[in-house]
Order: sequence, then C-alpha cells, then structure tokens
Amino acid sequence: MSRPDLFTRDRNWHPPQYDPGYKSTVLRSPRRNLISLEKGGEGELTGPVFGHQILDELDNDLIRNYATDGDAIGERIVVHGQVLDQNAKPQPGVLLEVWQANAGGRYRHVVDGYVAPLDPNFGGCGRCITDDEGRYFFRTIRPGPYPWRNNGCEWRPAHIHISIFGHAFTQRLVTQLYFEGDPLIPLCPILNTITDPAAVDMLIARLDMENQKVFDSLAYRFDMVLRGQRSTYFENRPQGN
Amino acid sequence: MPVKYLKETPSQTAGPYVHIGMLPAVAGLKVRTQEKPWITGLKGETIVIEGTVYDGDREPVRDAVLEIWQADGKGKFDGGYAGFARAASDLKTGLYRFETVKPGGFTWHDGRMQAPHVTVYIFARGINMHLHTRLYFSDEEKANAEDPVLRMLPSQAARDSLVACVDPAAKEKTYRFDIVLQGERETAFFDV
Ligand SMILES: [Fe+2]
Repeated sequence: MSRPDLFTRDRNWHPPQYDPGYKSTVLRSPRRNLISLEKGGEGELTGPVFGHQILDELDNDLIRNYATDGDAIGERIVVHGQVLDQNAKPQPGVLLEVWQANAGGRYRHVVDGYVAPLDPNFGGCGRCITDDEGRYFFRTIRPGPYPWRNNGCEWRPAHIHISIFGHAFTQRLVTQLYFEGDPLIPLCPILNTITDPAAVDMLIARLDMENQKVFDSLAYRFDMVLRGQRSTYFENRPQGN
Repeated sequence: MPVKYLKETPSQTAGPYVHIGMLPAVAGLKVRTQEKPWITGLKGETIVIEGTVYDGDREPVRDAVLEIWQADGKGKFDGGYAGFARAASDLKTGLYRFETVKPGGFTWHDGRMQAPHVTVYIFARGINMHLHTRLYFSDEEKANAEDPVLRMLPSQAARDSLVACVDPAAKEKTYRFDIVLQGERETAFFDV
C-alpha cells in the first residue's frame, strides 16, 4: 500500500542527542549515525487511532480529575491551542497526554522526593483528543519550578510535559510547554539543548487574555506543529534497488 | 527563495516522571476508569517480548518507557489502536515486558516483502528525542535475510542488534530484546 511520506525531520532544529550541558544525555545518546530510510512503509505511516471512548469526562481537567475533597491548589489556567502539520493542515482526532508537577513543583511519582508537599487533590496527569479543527484544551494549575541535580542544583522553569500522536507513527512527538515571561527559561539546560532561538520560542505558551475564563482562570495558548505530508503528484519509485 | 513550510514543534526529553502521563499506575497514581491496559489486542500467536535498555556504561536504564506499533499475526494493521502497546522498564531491575502477538510479514513501500518485525520507540530522561528502532525475530532467519531494511544496515553487528532471541528457558514463548543506547554493541536506530 502506498501512502504519502512525511517531510524529513530537521535534526538540527530538534535538540541533539548528546549535549553535556544536560548530563543525562552523556551516556544515553547513540554514537553511531541514525539509519535513514528513504521513505516510510506501512509500519511507519500508519499509527494508532484513539477514539473519544478511551477518555473519561474529567481527563482534560487536572483541577478535578484526581481530586478527593476540593479543587487542586494553585493558579487556575486553561491551556489551549491548535495542532497543525507543516503544511498548516489541522490535525483532528490526535491524542494528547500531559503531565506536570503541582503548584509547589512536586510530582506525584514514587521517585520524586522533593521537599515541597503533595497536593491531595492533584494527580498531574491528563488527556484530550483534538476536535475536527485540530483544537484542544485542558484545565490545570500552573506548575511550580523545581530543583534537580545537574550542574550542581539547577531549577526547571515551570513546564508541562506533552506527548502527542499524529496519524502516522513517525509524526509522534514528546515535548514540554513553557510559560511566557518565566525568568528561568534562559537558564534551563534542558531547554538550552535546543540551539535555535526560534525553535525555543515554539515551546513557549502565550498568555491569552481574550480566552480567560472570567473571574476563574487565566488562559495560555500553545499551538503545535507535527511533521507534514509530502504531496504525491508523481509516484516515482526508484528502480532496481 | 524556496517555499517556506511551518517548522515542526521541537522535541524535549520525556524526563524521569514520564510515567505520570504515559503509564500512571507505574508512578503510583490510580488508573483512570477508561484506561486501556497497554497490551496489544491483536490476533495471532501469543508471545512475550522482554529485555533491558542499557546506557553507555552497560547500566540498565530503569526509567525508560517503550512503545510498540505492529501488525497482527497475518501482517495486517488494525484500523484502531490494537497494534499499539506501552511498557515501562521496572524501576528497580530495568526489565521491560510486553505481551503481544507475533506479527506477520508485510510489504515495504516498494513492494518487497519485509520480515516480521515490530516498530519500537524509546523514551527516557536524557533522551532528547525518542529513539526509533525495529525488533526482528531470531526464528525468522530466512525472512530476515531478505528483509529490505535489514539489508540496508551497514554491518552484521547492526543487523544482529535488531534481532530478538527466543528464550529457551521461558515457559511462555518469549523473545529477549535488549537495547543498547551507546557503545560497543549499540542498537541500530532509524531516522524515518
Ligand atoms: Fe518535568
């Protein structure tokens, strides 16, 4: 079966696997070249299709989805945006998964021992599926910065982890969302693994006063771009290899 | 001036707390009522795939999350998500485990037959962009020898790095697939 291939991934735009500024990459980065396949096959150009039936009603509401006796504590925010491909074509029906620390910078995870307390009403995990126009939203609290061991003690800017599926498995992307104006952004060794300031800028959510929920939540807008599909005007098959 | 297209959103590491978002039960969170157990629901011969991800010092990576995407026993892709599964490396031992089916072979984009294989993605702290590899099966020697992607690899060592071996001691049919992120027996990773 022939399917449209994707634009080549720009590996200089994405962070390199090896960056000693972020120490964990040193022993976890392959040294050999990646093997380029000239074109994906069915296994690369198909991918899992998740329907709305996998979602709970509260999956995109991190203020309530793990709450037991009240709302999660913190600055109430709505994060929303549109998922496009590189041709600016909206991507409907794609699954987004998000995870984050609570307002004090603590993760609800067995391995997080940070001194900041857990919030009994906050799990820090959510999901949503884009609508017909590729739009998504979720409600949460703004996560706190937290310290981590890297070059001595460093601090992560406030961030939300985002995992996203496209339609092809090779559109798959995991990234992090940062908040406009956060003074920790330029100091972050993980964000600084990205060399192009224009690429860093794509990871910064913008304060969106127009879409606030009045007397309730601020809004941040965060659009995402997945790999685009090549046009298939001419099906040219390389001969004899 | 060449035509401009939008740039892709850049990748960032999934970090050490990846389980909260991708496998909440591993992080210690209650599982959502609609949570699919991340085991493939495909038809075919039931198999287990297990192994360890190693770093450049041959230490197990205990915080990795792996995803697989594969065809069913007849080499067909399900229209939904049955061919998809996720597993975490054990936080203490580093061992990961999938229960799935052995996929059938299917054609490559140029019509040549590919050996049965599974697409594997690896996410972890210190991996700035998920790594993409393929798992082939040691008991498919003939099909592996003809496989167009295996044949594209630069060395026998690279080919060997993608072949999961039958574990003769296991009760269930089990294939062992270790992934080496760096160093002498480094796994071959793809850019597709
Ligand atoms: Fe984080």
